[in-house]
This record gives sequence, C-alpha cells and structure tokens, in this order.
Amino acid sequence: MRHRKSVRFGTEAMKLELRGITKRFGSLVANDGVNLLVEPGQIHCLLGENGAGKSTLMNVLYGLYQADGGEILIDDKAVKFSGPGDAMAAGIGMVHQHFMLIPVFTVAENVVLGHEPVKAGGILDLAAARAKVKEVSDRFGFDVDPDAVVGDLPVGVQQRVEIIKALIGDAQVLVFDEPTAVLTPQETDELMAIMKQLRDSGRGIVFITHKLREVREAADKITVMRLGKIVGSASPTDTAEELASMMVGRAVDLDVAKTPAKPGEAVLSVKDLSVWDAAGAKVLDDVSFEIHAGEILVIAGVQGNGQTELTEAILGTQTKTRGTIVLDGQNLIGSSVKERLDAGLGFVPEDRTEDGLVADFTIAENLMLNRSDRAPFAKRGVLQLGFLKDFAQRKLKEFDVRAQGIESTAAQLSGGNQQKVVLARELSRKLSLLVASQPTRGLDVGSIEFVHEQIVATRDAGTPVLIVATELDEATQLGDRIAVMYRGKIVGIVPPNTDRAVLGKMMAGIPA
Amino acid sequence: MIRKILRSNVALSALAVLVSFVVGGVLIAVSNPAVQSTSGYFFSRPGDTLSAVWNAVFGAYDALFRGSIFNYQASNPADMISPITETLAYATPITMAGLGLAVAFRSGLFNIGGTGQILFGAMFAGWVGINVHLPWALHFPLAVLAGVLGGALFGALVGFLKATTGANEVIVTIMFNYIASLLLQYLLKTPILQAPHNINPISRPILDSAKYPAFLGPQFRLHAGVFAMLLAVWLVWWLLNRSTLGFQFRALGHNPSAAKVAGINIGRTYVLVMAVSGALAGLAGTSQILGTEGSLTTGVAASFGFDAITVALLGRNNPIGVLAAGILFGGLRAGAVTMQASQGVPIDIVFIVQSMIVLFIAAPPLVKAIFRIRDEKKAVAA
Repeated sequence: MRHRKSVRFGTEAMKLELRGITKRFGSLVANDGVNLLVEPGQIHCLLGENGAGKSTLMNVLYGLYQADGGEILIDDKAVKFSGPGDAMAAGIGMVHQHFMLIPVFTVAENVVLGHEPVKAGGILDLAAARAKVKEVSDRFGFDVDPDAVVGDLPVGVQQRVEIIKALIGDAQVLVFDEPTAVLTPQETDELMAIMKQLRDSGRGIVFITHKLREVREAADKITVMRLGKIVGSASPTDTAEELASMMVGRAVDLDVAKTPAKPGEAVLSVKDLSVWDAAGAKVLDDVSFEIHAGEILVIAGVQGNGQTELTEAILGTQTKTRGTIVLDGQNLIGSSVKERLDAGLGFVPEDRTEDGLVADFTIAENLMLNRSDRAPFAKRGVLQLGFLKDFAQRKLKEFDVRAQGIESTAAQLSGGNQQKVVLARELSRKLSLLVASQPTRGLDVGSIEFVHEQIVATRDAGTPVLIVATELDEATQLGDRIAVMYRGKIVGIVPPNTDRAVLGKMMAGIPA
Repeated sequence: MIRKILRSNVALSALAVLVSFVVGGVLIAVSNPAVQSTSGYFFSRPGDTLSAVWNAVFGAYDALFRGSIFNYQASNPADMISPITETLAYATPITMAGLGLAVAFRSGLFNIGGTGQILFGAMFAGWVGINVHLPWALHFPLAVLAGVLGGALFGALVGFLKATTGANEVIVTIMFNYIASLLLQYLLKTPILQAPHNINPISRPILDSAKYPAFLGPQFRLHAGVFAMLLAVWLVWWLLNRSTLGFQFRALGHNPSAAKVAGINIGRTYVLVMAVSGALAGLAGTSQILGTEGSLTTGVAASFGFDAITVALLGRNNPIGVLAAGILFGGLRAGAVTMQASQGVPIDIVFIVQSMIVLFIAAPPLVKAIFRIRDEKKAVAA
C-alpha cells in the first residue's frame, strides 16, 4: 500500500464502491444493505437527516467500524480496512466535522503529524513539511501559510488544513462529514469552490449534509438515506421541497408559516450596551435596540461579530458591561443569572451540549435544570420526583421528543431531540422574553420546522423574541425585523423583505 | 480524568479487586522463603515448588480471612467474631471520609484534603471532648457536632478560595493537609491540647461522656460510630438523589457551564460542596477521636484520608459502593495484622494490593485487556 501511494500521487483516478453494507448496534440497524458508488470526478452527495446512518456508513468506510455484512471495493477489488490507517493508505481521506488538529502546532506540523518527514538521525524535517504544504496549497489556490499556528486561524482555513492533510496523504476519495456546519456563508461558498476544484482534478468527493441549498449547488449525484437505508437518488435540479420530502419521508413545507406580527409595546430595551471580554477587548460596542411584545427581532450577521456576547450579556454571564438592559421596566444589569431567569427570561444557548444540557443527566433531570430549587419541582429543598416524572412524560409528548423514555440521558439523543428538550424546558414557564441563539444550528429538516413553529407560537402568545441567526434564510423567514451586526455594532435594523444583496453587504459592515 | 473514572462500571471495579489479589498472591509466593528454596531444584521436583506456592498463598489469604471476617480457629465465640468487628472498626472512618470525597468528586471537585479535614474534625471534637463537662446526652452530640463543623469549615475554606480566586482545589487541599497536620503537631505541644506534665505530644484522654458507646463491650474496638457511618451512607444517598442541593452539586460536576446558564451560583456551590465533603471527613475524625483512639495524637488520621480517595473511586462515588469499598479496605487492614503475625507475610503486601486496586481502577483498559472485554473501538483495533 505504502509503495502504491507514492506511485499514484495525484494522478490515478479511483472508483470506490460500497456493496450491501450492514451495520448493527445491538438491536439497532444503523446501516441496512447500503449500496453506494463513488466515481472519480464526481461530487456525490449523501443526504439524510441526523440519525439516518450517514456517519455510521462513513465510519465503516474509514475503518472505524467493522461492517456486519457487505463489502468495500476499490477499483472493483474487495478491500478490508481494520483501521483509519488502512483506509488512508488505500487513498481515502476524511475531513471530519470536528477538526482533528492540534491548535498549538503550525499548519505544517499538523499536516505531517503521524507521518513526519525526517532527516538523518531522526530529526524532523520541517522544511520538507513546509514545502509539501506549500505545494498543495498553491496547486489548489488554498492560500494557507504553512507557518501559521492553527489555533489562530479562522474555522474555514482550519478546514482547509484538514483538506491539505488528506491530500498530502494522496487521498483519491475525500469524505466531507457535515463540513459546512461550522462555516459562515462566505466560507461555505469557498468550500464549495474547493470541492469542485478537487472534483475537476479527478478525485471522488463524498459530501455528507442535510442542507438542501448546498446539495443543489454542489452535487453531481445525490443519494438520499433514511433510517439506515438508501431511499433513492435524486437530481440536483429537483426542488428543495422534493429533496426534503425524500429525506424526511413525508411532504415538507420549508417556508415558516407565520402571520404578520402584531407588535405591542416595547418590553425589552437595550441601551448603549458595551461588553468587554476577559482580555479587555471591546466585543460589543454601544448597541441599542428595542423588542416589542409579540415580535421577533433577528440579530443577523457572520458568527463572531458580538452576537454571542450580546445574548450572554442579557443572560448575565458577561459581567464586564456598560449600558442598560431593561426588561419590563426593570434594569437587569447587576442582577444574577437566577434573578434574570426568575424575571421571565427564557434562554436557548448557542451550544446546547455545552451550555444547554447536562449530557449525563436524564431528560427529566434536564427539564428541571434551572428550576430544581422551587415548586413544583422541589419543596423545601426536596426534589418532587413524582411530579417530575409526570411533567417529563407530558413534555416528551408535547414536544415530540423521540427517546426511549424520560430516563434516557441527553447524550443519547440526536441534536434535534436535544434542542426539543431545551425548548420544552424554556417554554414551559411564563416568559417575558425568549432569547434563542442559533436555535436550529445543526438540526435536521423535521426538527427545524418544529423549532420554528414553537418560536412563532411564542411570539403569537405575545412574548418578545430575540433570535441570533447566521444563515440569511432563517433570518428573513423568521424575523419581523432584522438587526445586522458587524464587529460588535448594529449596522442597521431593516424589515425582513430587504434584498439579500443589501443584507449581505450589511453583514460586511456596509450600512443599507 | 474524574469523569473517566466515574464512567467505569461495577464489574470493572470488582475485576480490579480480583486482579489485585492475584498480583498480591504472586508477590506472596515469590517472597516466600520456602518457595525460594524449593524453586532451586524446581526441575527435578517441581511438585515441591508448587505445593510451597500453594501453602504460601493459601496460608496468607486464609490468615487474611481469619483476621478480617471470621476466625474459625478461635476457641470462644467472642474471638471468632472479633475479626469482623475489627474490620468494621477500620471501615467506619474510611467509609465516612470516602463518602465525603465521593460528594466532592461527584461535584467535579477533586478533594485530596481528606487527611486535613479529618484532622480538623478530630481537633474540634477532641477539644470539646476534653474540656467541656456535660452529661453524655449533651456532651457526645456536641462533640460530634464540633468535629463535623471543624471539617466543614476547613473544607469550605477550600471552596471559598476556589470560588473567589480560582485556586485549584487539588493544590490547595494538598497544602491544607500539611497545614492541618503541622497545626495539630504544634497544638499538641501547647497547653491548648497537650496533657499537663507530659513531654509527649499527646492530649488528655477524652472524657467518657463524649465517647461513642462501645456497644459490644470494652474488649472490642468497634463502637457506635458504625451506626453513624450507616446513617451517613443513607444521608449522602438522599442528598445526591433526592435534594435540590445534591442535584445542583451533580449538575456542577457534570457540566459547569450548563449549570451556570441554568442560574446555579457556581461559587456558592463550590463552598457548599466542600463544606459537605469536609463535614463527612470531620465525622470520620470524630469516629477516630471519640471512638477508637481515646486521646489526641499526631497519628489520629492514620492513612484514612488517602484510603478514602481510593475507596471513593473504587465505590464509583456511589454511597453504597463506597460502603462496600470501605468494608473491603477495613478488612484488608484488619486482616493484614493476622497475616503478618501467623504467616510472616509482610504487611506491605496489603498496601501493594491496595495500590494495585488504585492502578487498575485508574486504568480500565488494563483490566479490559486482561479479561478481553472488548468495546467497539477495541474490536476494530484488534
């Protein structure tokens, strides 16, 4: 294998076929007789909801799992991978959703990690590593500096480092596992261009995603998976609705159903709010806005322009602030997180696994996470487990959480169901304001629909809602007004029917 | 690392103990003089070596059993059950302190300060037990309460430092162990604790009115502290599983940032966790000073503070598990004496077995490899 690798560098096309792959986990069949043909010079989209078995299939391909049935063929010859090393040697590269990079190493060091070039005496030949990175980077126009420290690079560039890593290992088939989940719209466009370029160089690309816009833009061939099985193939010219229906298994309406807002009086008033981070840098700069009862204000913008800090300042976990946040006539500045939650603040954090849920706690326990100290969940410091059980069972039904039961841990749930648990918790008490940061991030179509419905229902009940959105579609569909943020400032507040191009410019800091 | 240890399961704990005993058996055999001399002519008469090995290992573990559970060789009933009472006498402080550490570990705080907190409990309880004169019904509860309070305060101080300055609790508790032990040494040389007209660092004896009742009679070291231990097991179980406070402790332990977003006051919870943890270690201190020891010396905490760490980990920070592990460790301690006396097996073998248990618990892959327990990733690599 090693020998073959150097011979074929960058030239030979490779055909990859998965035939009848079956993988079981206990009684669960994650992959059921899956066939997939990846031809050179093709972007093959593997489309499916979370839990459809896409990642399992790719882990089988990459040698992380052993299939219970079926075989992998490369150029019509059966191969067997007992680990990622075998898969890599055979010319398969994987760009993981969570990057496998060491932040304190440079690009060159990361790229050669595991197969370091050495000079005489076993000394690391960094010059050779640098040259390799530069060669690949130049060939594909990646514009990556081999000496940059990975931790300092933007996410989009880190992803390119992963791609370079795969290319240096002479990957002929590249698997991208949900690569756009962490990217900004611009970075997504750049990634698409890179994938097309790799395709044109004769490589086979497997692009795993559930985002329909991307599929239609990039794919040459689409295979749809549902519940561990291939349910068919589709064409990039199919409409988004058609693709979504195949993926979910029923008709899907992708538009957010909502009537025009009937805004009442201003309930939340943020005035001249500035926030400084731990290092003393100003991350939010004199932000002012109001949200009225029964209205959704979307904060749009590329991630990292102060939106997170804004929501955290409202919650009270950002403490170096100046300015005022007035909710229902009461200034929140200086009060604790608990006091703000008690004042009726509902909070759906950006990172639900990190900030929204305790992974090892049961669904029931997670449902009382921020109310464990009061009735009806506790009386005089004693948990009311009987009540909790009834409550959790009710909420499980009401929010359509798909789980074995209320004793399942949050970690066992899919992203969509985790988010439903967070929403169930936050929407089950009387709210005076709902703040939701990227509430549909990483969710599948069905869950996105559900989350949007719940948010609109909350608005219709007369609650002011603040949503942070990084995707323009979500911002325009959900928002009654859109505030665009750039570098800690609000560039402008515009109606949702504003032209996409104008919004795009605002996201780059140019006022409308 | 704490989380990793938390996830290991009961079977792995049991297997770790088993493997440790096997390793201990090998060491007993190797260090046995009869085995050494017979192995010199192993190839001509291998049976001699094998029977020597059997005698050494069986003899040692038989002595361990006789010393810790039931002495079938004794001539009267009291002597027969004496070993198990001895085991429980050792298990009492180890389990109490182990429970305290388990509470801290469950809450994500790696409290290594069991020793210091035991010492503070013993000092407070000891001072009250020596200097206050009251009838038993008042004096005893007061002394116990003082000890619990002493441990709680010393523990809470660690939580306070972590909450206000971000100090790492591992470092602080290790340093506090030194402070507690040196403070006790100092106080035992001043009139505050030292017995008058005595040149040794020892206090006056604890008044009988402050002691845990020796409910089996004075010939046994086991005292009513064993009931306090059982009560503590139940209390900790209740705290962790049935109370708001315990729920918040666990939330903090599993995911501090989610706890923060849920409005739980992290700093205050750190202080409370360490107070509860210290209180239980302080209770262990009272069991020593008001039950077993009789007067305060520098050796009052023995090695219980560190045994408690192992016991908490072996018991997977579950109160019932801690109780089981505490009794096991109590048994090892009690049996080690008999093992040395009757078989000449060095007491260190028991320490090695204890250490091996720690090692195997901290490194589950080792145990899994020995018993070929395969998980998904392993199966791929194999």
